[in-house]
Amino acid sequence: MPTQLDMASTELRDVNATLQAAAKAQVNEPYVIINPRGSHAMACGLDGPLNVTVKGSTGYYTAGMNKEASITVEGSAGPGVAENMMSGTVTIEGDASQYAGATGHGGLLNIKGNASSRCGISMKGIDIVVHGNIGHMSAFMAQKGNLVVLGDAGDALGDSLYEARLFVRGTVKSLGADCVEKEMRPEHLAILKELLDRAGAKAKPEEFKRYGSSRTLYNFHIDNASAY
Amino acid sequence: MCGIVGLFLKKDALRPKLGDMLTDMLITMTDRGPDSAGIAIYGDDSGQVKITIQSDTPDDSFDGLEAAISAAVGAPVGVRVVDTHAVLTLAPEAQALALAYLDEKGLRVMGVGESMEIFKEVGLPKDVAERFGLRAMGGSHGIGHTRMATESAVTTLGAHPFSTATDQCLVHNGSLSNHNAMRRTLAKKGVFTRTENDTEVGAAYISSRIADGATLGEALEGTLKDLDGFFTFVTGTKNGFGVVRDPVACKPAVMAETEDYVAFASEYRAFADLPGIEAARVWEPEPATVYFWER
Repeated sequence: MPTQLDMASTELRDVNATLQAAAKAQVNEPYVIINPRGSHAMACGLDGPLNVTVKGSTGYYTAGMNKEASITVEGSAGPGVAENMMSGTVTIEGDASQYAGATGHGGLLNIKGNASSRCGISMKGIDIVVHGNIGHMSAFMAQKGNLVVLGDAGDALGDSLYEARLFVRGTVKSLGADCVEKEMRPEHLAILKELLDRAGAKAKPEEFKRYGSSRTLYNFHIDNASAY
Repeated sequence: MCGIVGLFLKKDALRPKLGDMLTDMLITMTDRGPDSAGIAIYGDDSGQVKITIQSDTPDDSFDGLEAAISAAVGAPVGVRVVDTHAVLTLAPEAQALALAYLDEKGLRVMGVGESMEIFKEVGLPKDVAERFGLRAMGGSHGIGHTRMATESAVTTLGAHPFSTATDQCLVHNGSLSNHNAMRRTLAKKGVFTRTENDTEVGAAYISSRIADGATLGEALEGTLKDLDGFFTFVTGTKNGFGVVRDPVACKPAVMAETEDYVAFASEYRAFADLPGIEAARVWEPEPATVYFWER
């Protein structure tokens, strides 16, 4: 039986302290949070294996800085979900608000619904799979990792992109500065297949297009001034 | 940072609970705006005009007001005092004389409408709600705001909602960067604002476009072209409310819809106590997209 924490009667700090201690103990127990009521910073800062299910929607910075834990939100998440995640898995059954997975270093952020603007901004190694659409300015200055979108992408995808890989199955409203469509080679199809399998996404790698950096803005060059 | 809440009821059964539901939503948004709070509530259309006024010295200003203003306009004027505010009820043809009288006496007009009443004050949302007895107010729809001031001082007149035309009001999270230029543009057209506040300019812009013949939807579309800065706007009208976010959309917004209501909030937290929220359709309004609900 999972341990149940009820946020109708337990303070957020106590819930997070309980989860953080359980994660540190390295015993990988299941926890269920009920009545999250859109709380901020739910299940953030977990540093160790733990299985957390949140029954409902959450507010800002859910599962921030996650390390090793597996966190599922059975609802939608507010801005900054899984911000700076290091490892582990964060699953959002509904939608994620702006800057999902921002600056994430590792792990998998699996969003079953849509993600809004700035998804994966400055990502540094995280893998993000969005089963729906993403908003504008997604993967802005993204450095490393993979962003997979089964739906459509908004304006200025991958603006000022570094070495992150972007895979989009639907349409891209517009590409940002220095982001270009690239050839899908066998090694990319293999990466994509593995990510789709891990995220439980029913899509074929061949249906996607790959986007990446054309690497012209890495160092300032006066001829590129208008592109910044 | 500010907090916005809005509630539009689709079914009459919930109307007596509108104030109660909005008050809970408003108090939840205290973290986003602890310095002042306000609400615009749309009740029954009685065929009369309601003028909501405010005074810093209500004991003096409202004492004997009913007799004095009735005599001044030559028609009966009802006066309902609510803390620092009073709602005057009068026949439409007496409106101009009543407004002239209020101006002469230095009483501040918060809003004029056939169904709209506006209450706003400096202080924590829970205290503001209690002073005005917001929980007991019924109606068809309402919008509320908790303010963390950026563009102008923390005063009653700087609090939201801003009303710049009959039954119209606006609340705003963000800051406008071209409000001074727009204020001058509007003044050239004869549309004047009363405060230094950026949001009042946004409200005046929308009212002015509607006065020129635009629909609410067209006026809100116009904000995307003519207003510069950050904004999530929620605007109230006699028949409903509208929502628009600037194209960058960094100011948060979330909406929920059930068979009974459409709700707006800066954060999902404000929805937590709404009936049937677990089964509601919840979504984030798209940037640069106009939404409105009217009955």
